[in-house]
Amino acid sequence: MGVDLQQLKKGGLLKQVQKEFFSLRLHIVGGQLTFNQLQMIAQVSKDFGNGEIHLTARQGVEIPFIKLQDFETIKNKLAQVGLEPGACGPRVRTVTACQGCKICPNGLIETKEFSKKIDEKFFGRDLKCKFKISISGCLNNCLKAEENDLGIKGCMEPEWLQANCIFCGLCEAICPVDAIKINYENRDVIFNPQKCIKCGRCVTSCSSDAWKGREGYLLLFGGRNGNVITRGKQVVPVIYKEEKVLSVIEHTLKFIADYGNNEERFADILQRVGNSQLQKYLKEVLESE
Amino acid sequence: MNDIKADAFVDITDVVCPTTFAKAKVAMARLSEGQILEIRMKAGEPLQNVPRSFKEEGAQVIKVIENEDGTYTAFIKKAG
Repeated sequence: MGVDLQQLKKGGLLKQVQKEFFSLRLHIVGGQLTFNQLQMIAQVSKDFGNGEIHLTARQGVEIPFIKLQDFETIKNKLAQVGLEPGACGPRVRTVTACQGCKICPNGLIETKEFSKKIDEKFFGRDLKCKFKISISGCLNNCLKAEENDLGIKGCMEPEWLQANCIFCGLCEAICPVDAIKINYENRDVIFNPQKCIKCGRCVTSCSSDAWKGREGYLLLFGGRNGNVITRGKQVVPVIYKEEKVLSVIEHTLKFIADYGNNEERFADILQRVGNSQLQKYLKEVLESE
Repeated sequence: MNDIKADAFVDITDVVCPTTFAKAKVAMARLSEGQILEIRMKAGEPLQNVPRSFKEEGAQVIKVIENEDGTYTAFIKKAG
């Protein structure tokens, strides 16, 4: 019986050097696993593989040395703990994410639930090329937004609240781009929004609540990290609503469907047709409330 | 100008993260509520994280001064 490797790849089975075995990729969202899931992964590896488990570069898990004939049994076992095979090939891949503001003291946005939302809406959707999405909770950028087709970074637009300020000088000292200047004599703060990179440090550090922050999403488009490396670029302004990020992703995938050639990576499409074309395409979404 | 009177002083320029906050926290533990700890620290990571970590414990940063040797001095008031 002939085996359709493309079809297997779509279902998370990747062929190995050893022809009789496959590496089974699992569908993981934002690098989150539970005790029960890890236990089941270990059990499957022991019972059906060779006892090894591989952690992939994009927060995934692969169980190597799986035989095709065991695939259905394994699938059923994994389903008991809410796991399923992952995706490979020309489609939306694993959404990677850091632990975000609910766990990490640096985090500016929530990432766990958000990555689930993105995954539910887009994971596995067939495209002309692979499409990788990552979410970093802040500008520390642990999930390397610029290496992804669409990288999301949490950011914060600061606003100074004069009434609360005690002019301690901390925000001026820690601003990485010198966007804050304090005039001690006039008891005034001169904030330069053009210089500000929205890292939120002034907001998270201030112990007098003199800086208020508005959570935002900074989007980078068209990154990739393979044989040819392209850094994702910011082509639209910071977005302040989660739902709007979801519609931007939706429209970006439509853009790829409309403008892309088969197997052409998003970075190449943008290089060929220009970022301004994407900007035009997203204009309607961005201007809507 | 600085006219703040600190109740204790600690220099954390000789240690690295995460010992920076740990060392400062030990010094703070010896103080009573409302007292002020003066901390000398390096720019960069300690300045980014140490005052913020104290904020998370309810303390208030009163003053931050840039020294001429590239270090900073922060005056932090214990919660209470």
